[in-house]
Amino acid sequence: MQEITLLVNNRPYSGTVEARTTLADFLRHSLGLKGTHLGCEHGVCGACTVIVDGASVRGCLMLAVQAEGAIVETVEGLAAEDGTLHLLQEAFSREHGLQCGFCTPGMLMTLIELLRETPSPTEMEVREAISGNLCRCTGYQSIVRAVLSVTGRPGGAPGDL
Amino acid sequence: MKPPPFEYVRASTLKEAISTLSHNEDARILAGGQSLMAMMNLRYIFPSILVDINELHELAGISVSPERVRIGAMTRQRAIETSQTLAEVAPIFAEAVHLVGHRQTRNRGTIGGSLCHLDPAAELPTLALLYDCTIEATGPNGPRRIAVADFITGYMTPGIAPDEIVTAVEFGPWKPGHGYGFHEFARRHGDFAIASAAVLIERAADRTIERVAICMGGVGSVPQRHVSGEAALIGTKGDVAAVALAVERCAQLDYVADFHGGEEYRLSVARTMLRRSLADALDETRSGKAAA
Repeated sequence: MQEITLLVNNRPYSGTVEARTTLADFLRHSLGLKGTHLGCEHGVCGACTVIVDGASVRGCLMLAVQAEGAIVETVEGLAAEDGTLHLLQEAFSREHGLQCGFCTPGMLMTLIELLRETPSPTEMEVREAISGNLCRCTGYQSIVRAVLSVTGRPGGAPGDL
Repeated sequence: MKPPPFEYVRASTLKEAISTLSHNEDARILAGGQSLMAMMNLRYIFPSILVDINELHELAGISVSPERVRIGAMTRQRAIETSQTLAEVAPIFAEAVHLVGHRQTRNRGTIGGSLCHLDPAAELPTLALLYDCTIEATGPNGPRRIAVADFITGYMTPGIAPDEIVTAVEFGPWKPGHGYGFHEFARRHGDFAIASAAVLIERAADRTIERVAICMGGVGSVPQRHVSGEAALIGTKGDVAAVALAVERCAQLDYVADFHGGEEYRLSVARTMLRRSLADALDETRSGKAAA
């Protein structure tokens, strides 16, 4: 067993994990943050995407012990404390960017990284960013529309994301 | 699925990592983990010890001198894709690495990991062979340099000892303004290539092709230099007949049939990829831009 300490959505957490526990399983089972979903568990579906030290990663291909000292962001950290949705979440809701919601946390975290770096992406850039996130409901069109509806807006500025 | 239990060692020095490998036959290096972790989750492999080298920051970084480009083994694929200094001397890297997996996997995946995994369809081993890279591997007796042709010993089998770690990749840059092209065909964005073609071209002042390298990935059990295709182009001006001959000679490479299709299908895809990459590499407006 290994001791780890890390920051998740600005809150410090410590825990004891087995070496084989993936970061995604640690978030879900040890911290109870079940917003991060696990689909394929071999790095293909993108549902488990979280942000570690500013970069999006597959939560199923990183061990929890490797997140020692890391700053982790998950979908739970997007909405405000009072429950007000993040601009991008609101856009997903408005534009029907989700149906079953299984891929949504991974989609959102992938897109947050994109928008921080490229506040006004083109449609191509959005499609390419989510090429590693599988969605079986929406056919992507409404997800792309949701992202494009918030790009370049003042609220979409990097500081807000 | 989840991996079976294993012991985890976070190496704080290269020496410690090598020593752990030396004393444990069944230990594996954990670099970016983007192939290893997937294989462990699927229980294709189950090492008893993982030696994590992610804290060895001295193994990451790109340095460029006029004679030599050196990329540390732990340099993330995303860093290679976005490196301005590398793009100036070897623009094919950004173009090819952009096709490696997805953004999330490129954020973690490393060049050393990709070379050691040695998937025949992977972009980085193909580029390594294209550039005749030297692979630096460090073991108990210190570093040694391995020519990439000796490093690629067979299907997914790198030519290093169990207690050696790939620490860097080096190559000589081609002259400023050289032509380059990289195309691949995959069934889905980010999927492994059914065929890929990487091309570098240098021309003399009268536009005659003085130097050319062609490397084909994905078609056989290892990436392959298309030597007879290179011979078809050298000394020519890259005219239609020379290109046609190089493309025709793709038949001389080794092909592996799989569920994507037979050898004939792969040959056909390989030819199309080579035609596209040659068109890019011969396009002087494009190479001119790269030199600027």
